[in-house]
Amino acid sequence: MKVKLNINGVDKDLTIEPGEILLHTLRNNGYYGPKHACSTGDCGACTVIMDGEAVNSCLVFTASAEGKKITTIEGIGTVSNPHPLQQTFVEEGAVQCGYCIPGMILSAKVLLDKNINPSEEEVKTALSGNLCRCTGYVKQIKAVIKAAETMRGGQ
Amino acid sequence: MLNKFKVVNKSVKKVDGLSLACGKPVFAGDMDSRGLLCVKILTSTKAHARIKHIDISKAEALPGVYCVLCHTNVPRVPRTTAGQGYPEPSPYDSVMFDNKVRFVGDRVAAVAAETEEIAEEALKLIDVEYDILEPVLDPKKAMADGAPVIHDQDDCKVIIPIAYEPQKNICAYVDAVVGDTEKAFAGSDYVFEGEFHAPKAQHCATEPHVSSAHLDDKDRIIIVTSTQVPFHVRRIVAQTLQLPIKKIRVIKPRVGGAFGSKQEMCFEDIVAMVTLRTGRSCMLKYTREEVFVSSRIRHEQYVTLKGGLNKDGKITGFDMYVLSNTGAYGSHGLTVMCNCGSKVLPLYPAENLTFRGHAVYTNSPVAGAYRGYGATQAAFAMEVIIDQMAEKLGVDPVDFRLSHHIKEGQGSPIFQALGEGREGVEQKVKSCGLPDCIKLGAEEINWKQKYYKSKDNGTIKRGIGMAALMQGSSIPEIDMASASIKMNEDGSFNLLVGATDLGTGSDTVLAQIAAENLGISEEDIIVYSSDTDMTPFDVGAYASSTTYLSGMAVKNAADIVKAQIISVVKEMLNETDSEFEFDDGMIKSLTSGKELAMSDVALRAMYQENQFQIGAIGSAISHSSPPPFAAHFVEVEVDTETGKVTVLKYVAAVDCGTAINPKLAEGQTEGAVLNGISYALTENYILNDQGRMLNPNFRHYKTLRSNDIKELKTIMVPTYEPTGPYGAKSVSEISINGAMPAISNAIYHATGVRLYDAPFTPDKVLKALNQK
Repeated sequence: MKVKLNINGVDKDLTIEPGEILLHTLRNNGYYGPKHACSTGDCGACTVIMDGEAVNSCLVFTASAEGKKITTIEGIGTVSNPHPLQQTFVEEGAVQCGYCIPGMILSAKVLLDKNINPSEEEVKTALSGNLCRCTGYVKQIKAVIKAAETMRGGQ
Repeated sequence: MLNKFKVVNKSVKKVDGLSLACGKPVFAGDMDSRGLLCVKILTSTKAHARIKHIDISKAEALPGVYCVLCHTNVPRVPRTTAGQGYPEPSPYDSVMFDNKVRFVGDRVAAVAAETEEIAEEALKLIDVEYDILEPVLDPKKAMADGAPVIHDQDDCKVIIPIAYEPQKNICAYVDAVVGDTEKAFAGSDYVFEGEFHAPKAQHCATEPHVSSAHLDDKDRIIIVTSTQVPFHVRRIVAQTLQLPIKKIRVIKPRVGGAFGSKQEMCFEDIVAMVTLRTGRSCMLKYTREEVFVSSRIRHEQYVTLKGGLNKDGKITGFDMYVLSNTGAYGSHGLTVMCNCGSKVLPLYPAENLTFRGHAVYTNSPVAGAYRGYGATQAAFAMEVIIDQMAEKLGVDPVDFRLSHHIKEGQGSPIFQALGEGREGVEQKVKSCGLPDCIKLGAEEINWKQKYYKSKDNGTIKRGIGMAALMQGSSIPEIDMASASIKMNEDGSFNLLVGATDLGTGSDTVLAQIAAENLGISEEDIIVYSSDTDMTPFDVGAYASSTTYLSGMAVKNAADIVKAQIISVVKEMLNETDSEFEFDDGMIKSLTSGKELAMSDVALRAMYQENQFQIGAIGSAISHSSPPPFAAHFVEVEVDTETGKVTVLKYVAAVDCGTAINPKLAEGQTEGAVLNGISYALTENYILNDQGRMLNPNFRHYKTLRSNDIKELKTIMVPTYEPTGPYGAKSVSEISINGAMPAISNAIYHATGVRLYDAPFTPDKVLKALNQK
C-alpha cells in the first residue's frame, strides 16, 4: 500500500506493507537514527517526533502516520552542523555507546520546543521514557539544561 | 605528576560522540537488510529434553527458505562460547546444535530466509519431538545424589587441568587455603556468618545482539558483529566451522553497550555457517525477549561468608564459600567464581583465609561474563559482614574500614592462590586512594551527622550505609594487547587498535594516550579499532583491561614511533647526539633549540631522503592487575508500611589512578552505580517451575530510569599507578559492586533489619520488617 509522510521536511510517497511499523519503514528507507531495542514501547530507542510529540516508532503503524510530519535525529542536525542538543550531549560526556542517544535527544527536543527553561525535574520526566544502561543519566540531564541555556541565549 | 599532562587527564570530546549523537548508521544492524537473508533461531520450549526426532523438511521446502541448520546437518565440535583467551578456562560443553536441550531458550535449529516473515513461518514448520527429562533449576539441588545430569554427553571436557565433574553437575570446583581459618575462628572473640544471595540478572545493553555475515571477493567470510572480543570470535567460529582462521574476518563497528554480554559468542557461528552454506549475506538479531532468555546473564550466587574478629579490632580470618549457578552451560563458571575470592578477600588483610566454590550446572538461563564478574556478588557478603564487625566493636563503619583496608605496599596471599584457571600472580598494591575515597565520600554524604542522628519515629525511616571496593585491571600474565601507529604526511597519525570500544570511550582514551606520548593533539589521531584483518591483536574488552593494558600497548607503539622520528630529525638537523622534546606538534632539539614540525619529518621520510614509513606496532602484557578502589555511600528512605526503598543520594568516590578522560571515567562510574542500584532494588529473573522466564521484557524486568534517582554524585580521587599508562588503572567495573551492600547496610541503619537476599523488593523488605 501507499502512504504519504513528511520526513525531516521532505514529502515522501512510500510503498509499505499493511501492518508495517513506522520504525521499520524509516529504517528501510535509510533513516537509521531510530533504533530497534525492545519492540514493546518500553525503552524509547526508536523515538521520533510526530507532529511535535515524541513517539515510540515501534508502536506506530506506518499507515496511521499518513500525512504526518516525522522528525528523526537525522533531521535536526549533522556532524558539520549539529543541533545544540547534539553539541551539548557530546560536550558533557552524555554519549557513551550512543544507541539510546538519538531517541533521548528527540525527547529532549520536544521538551525544549515547549519549554525552553525546564527545571531538572522536568528534564528527568521528559527523558524517563528513554532507557540508558551506560550512564547514570546525570550527564544527559546536564546536557539538556545546558542546551536550553544555549538556545535561550540564541533567541 | 598530574600537572604535566597535555592531553591525558583532560575531558576531550569522545571521538565518535558527534556521529552517535547525529544518528549515523554506525552499528552492526544499521544496514539495508533487504537482500540479506534473515536468520532466526528456533529455541527450546523445554528446560531439559533430548531431541528424539527433528524434521526440517517442511521448513526447507517453504519458498524463500535458503537454509535450515540443526544437529543432524552441522559438524559436532565441542567448544566453549565464552569468548576467552586460549586455552579457555571454561569447559567445552556446547556444540553448534545438539541433540539435547538444556534450558528454555537453548538452540534447536536455525532458519535463513528471504524475509523475517518467511523465516518465522519456517520455524513453525520444524517438527521437534522431545523426550522430556526432569529439570534441575535450583543450584542447591544440582549436586544432590540422583539429580538429573545435564551434561551426560561423552564429549564434554575441559582443556586445562581444573576440577570438572559434569556427571555431578559440577562445572568447576576451586579451593584456596591460607593459614587455618577453623583454628582462627575457634580462638576469635567474635565470629560472624551469613549466607548472601545475589540473583540472576541481564546486562540489558540497549542494542540487542546482532551479527551479519557475507563473502568477500575471495569467498572469505566477513562477520560484522556487536562483540567485545573480535579476535576470540574469529578463533571460535573457525574452530566450530572447522575452517582455517585465515578464511574469516571479524569487524566490530560501534557497539550499543555490552557489559559482558557480548563477550559471549552468542550466534556468530550461525551467521557464518549460513553464509558458508548459501553463499548469501545474512543477518541475525535477537529480539529483546531472546536477549533475556537465550543470551547470557549474571551468575546467581549464594555466598556464605564467615569472619573472625577479636575485641582489639584484629580480623582473624575469612572463610568464603560460593555456590555459583552457571546455568545450562559453563561459560565463565570457574573464573567468575575465582573472582569472588580474588577481588574481595584481599581488601581486608587477614592471616587466615579459606576460599571454596562450586559452579554448578542447572537447567536455567546461561550465565556468562557480567560487569563486576563475581566481585559484585561477593562484595555484598563482605561489606555487610564488615558492617556487622564494626557495629559489634562499637566502631564507626567508616573508621573500621579506614583502619582495616589493604594499604600501599601490602599484598595478599589470595592474589597468588587464586588465578583464572591457573595459579595467580603475586602482587603488591602500588597505588591506593581508598583512604581519600572514604573520607571524601563520607563528607559528601554528611556521614557524621546522618549516622548518629536520632532514629525516626514515623513510618518512613531514613538510613545511610557504605561499602568499600576493589577490582583489578586486566588478567595478569595472560592478557595481551597491541596497537599500531602510522604517520601521515600532514603530521597526523593512524592509530589501529585491536582494543574494543563498546561505548566505553576506549577509542578516545587510547587516542589521548597516543597523542600525549607524541606531543600532539588528540585531533591528529585517527582511530580505527577491532577489525581482525586490519588491526593488531587484542584480547578484547573484558576484565577491566582496556585503559590499563591496551593503553600501555599504545604508549609502547608511540615510543617506537618517536624513536623513528628522532632518527629522521637527527639527520635533518645534523645533530646526532642531541636529545629531543615532543610538544605541540613540534620536535625540538634540547641542544640547539631548533624545531621541526611533525609534517616536515613525515614529508622527508615519505618522499625525500632515506625514505621509510614511520610506523610501528607495540604490544603489552600485564604482569599485575592493579586494583582500582572505591568507597560508596548511600542514603535511603524505607517506607515501613509498603516496604519500598528509595535512594535519596548516592556517592561514589573512585580511585582509578590517573583518569585519562575524567568525564568518561565519571560516566563509567555513574553507569555502573545506576546498574548496581537497579540490581539491588528491582532486577530479577522470575522463572516458573519449568524454567521459563516470566518477565522477559523491560516492562516486567525493571531497570532504572532518569526519574528514579534523586541525586548521584561521583568523586574521582587521583592516584598514580606506576605500572599503568600515565598512572592509569581501570574504572569500568568496580562501581557496580557497591550498591547492594551499601543499600543493605543503609536499610539496616534505617530499620534495624538486615537483608541477605537481593533484590530488596518491597515484599522482601516488609517480610523482614514483620519478622523483626
